[in-house]
Amino acid sequence: MSPRYVMVIDLRRCVGCQTCTAACKSANATPPGVQWRRVLDQESGEYPDVRRTFLPVSCMHCAEPPCAEVCPTTATQKREDGLVTIDYDVCIGCANCIMACPYDARTIQHEPRWAYGVPMAHELARADPGRLSVATKCTFCKERIDRAAITGQTPGVDPEVTPACVNSCISGAMLFGDINDPTSGVVKLLESARHFRVHEDLGTGPSIYYIWSET
Amino acid sequence: MKRSGRALDRMSPRRQTSWDARAATNFICGGAGGGLLAATALASPLGVDLRSLIVLGLALVGLGLLAVWLEIGRPLRALNVYRNVATSWMTREALVATLLFAAGAAAVVLDQPAAIWLAGLSGIGLVYAQGRILRNQKGIPAWRHGLCAALVVATGVTEGAGLLVMAALIWPALTPFGVLLAVLAVARLVVWRRYRESLRGVGVPVGTLKAFDAIDVPFVWVGHAVPIGLGIAGALLGWPIAVALAGAAAVVAGAWFKFVLIGRAALTQGFALPQAPARGSGRPGVGARPGWSRAKAQ
Ligand code: SF4
Ligand code: SF4
Repeated sequence: MSPRYVMVIDLRRCVGCQTCTAACKSANATPPGVQWRRVLDQESGEYPDVRRTFLPVSCMHCAEPPCAEVCPTTATQKREDGLVTIDYDVCIGCANCIMACPYDARTIQHEPRWAYGVPMAHELARADPGRLSVATKCTFCKERIDRAAITGQTPGVDPEVTPACVNSCISGAMLFGDINDPTSGVVKLLESARHFRVHEDLGTGPSIYYIWSET
Repeated sequence: MKRSGRALDRMSPRRQTSWDARAATNFICGGAGGGLLAATALASPLGVDLRSLIVLGLALVGLGLLAVWLEIGRPLRALNVYRNVATSWMTREALVATLLFAAGAAAVVLDQPAAIWLAGLSGIGLVYAQGRILRNQKGIPAWRHGLCAALVVATGVTEGAGLLVMAALIWPALTPFGVLLAVLAVARLVVWRRYRESLRGVGVPVGTLKAFDAIDVPFVWVGHAVPIGLGIAGALLGWPIAVALAGAAAVVAGAWFKFVLIGRAALTQGFALPQAPARGSGRPGVGARPGWSRAKAQ
């Protein structure tokens, strides 16, 4: 069976520090205003039992991705290993996928943007005109995962082939791995805790699981 | 509980900003143009030369497509739109539009009933495809509701009938089609009522309900009561001016409704937290679904 990569995020551990957000920006050189990953901050409950929860979100790499279904160009595709990808050379920037995504995961940026108005050398070095006016989103750091096939390493175990956000998490709240491998860390964690996926009722089959309690 | 601050608000639905007035123009003009082609086909047995209405229908559809072409990020690659007929209603819309232009051009040049009917059917196909484009957008609760597609189709054909009866000022023989307009307006009113009731029932972002509440009264009166009253009265009494006014009201109201549907009412899904996590040695807490009219998911 081919691998199917998922992410497990333990909400009991997340402290909302946004280190994963910063790591993603650094790893993927997303411009100001474009965040492939963010950490939402939500209060719930009534006084005196009020909670504050941090919810890290990104593209959920859905098993049934509505973005791919509506894409008129086939630029958006789902790979065998579960990663949902965008071919920037085929995308026409119609934003159909943005409307189809219930997770607000996609962005189209039409103009280059720089942190301080004028480009700095490091921004220029990593700016990619091919990513202008097309849809972009979290890739699950697909270049790293693809490298695993060459190096023989295991995504989710070896940091070199694991998404940057997972590597960066200061509280160890994020885990990445193959849900088809019964020995993987993600499977063990999911077996040992209660979890949910966001908007499961929409039938998208998101690949990010959130742990909220012990079994 | 009152929440404040940008970070906290980000879980709530927000108005979509990726499709602006250009996309709305495609739904407005494409729907009205497609509806007009269908209505013109229905009127073709009268024996009046209505080819100028076919030209108008094609021009409206073309204007809508031009507007959307101006909106897409990579217009020079626009032909890639034909690549996903298997699942994408946007691809299917493009294919139907291609057929529509071919049939419409043939109808204008050859003036053959077969071409006129094919153009009319393509017009209905285009309106249907537009409805399905919205229906498949899971990220926008107001659009993915099943009755939204029905409402878009009902609006397109009502606008088409409206444009047809406006032409009664030039061809009085079209005046009896005021009855057709009235029947379509009644059908749309029923769909509009059921759609809004159903949205309240299943739950949608609060902003969506507010946007529809704000247009309800003028939409019902201008878009339905006027076309129904004047359409029937004008048709029975043989007053072209009355049916033309009825048609204009239906067209203007339909365009305004679609503008609101694509813009103001188009709030995103937002995020929901089914459970607040157990932290430390504590218990889990209740979740949250900010910005929704009901806690229950659609
Ligand atoms: S989260 Fe959105 S962009 Fe990612 S696969 Fe699902 S629908 Fe597509
Ligand atoms: S913006 Fe690109 S990826 Fe998204 S639906 Fe359009 S062509 Fe497909």
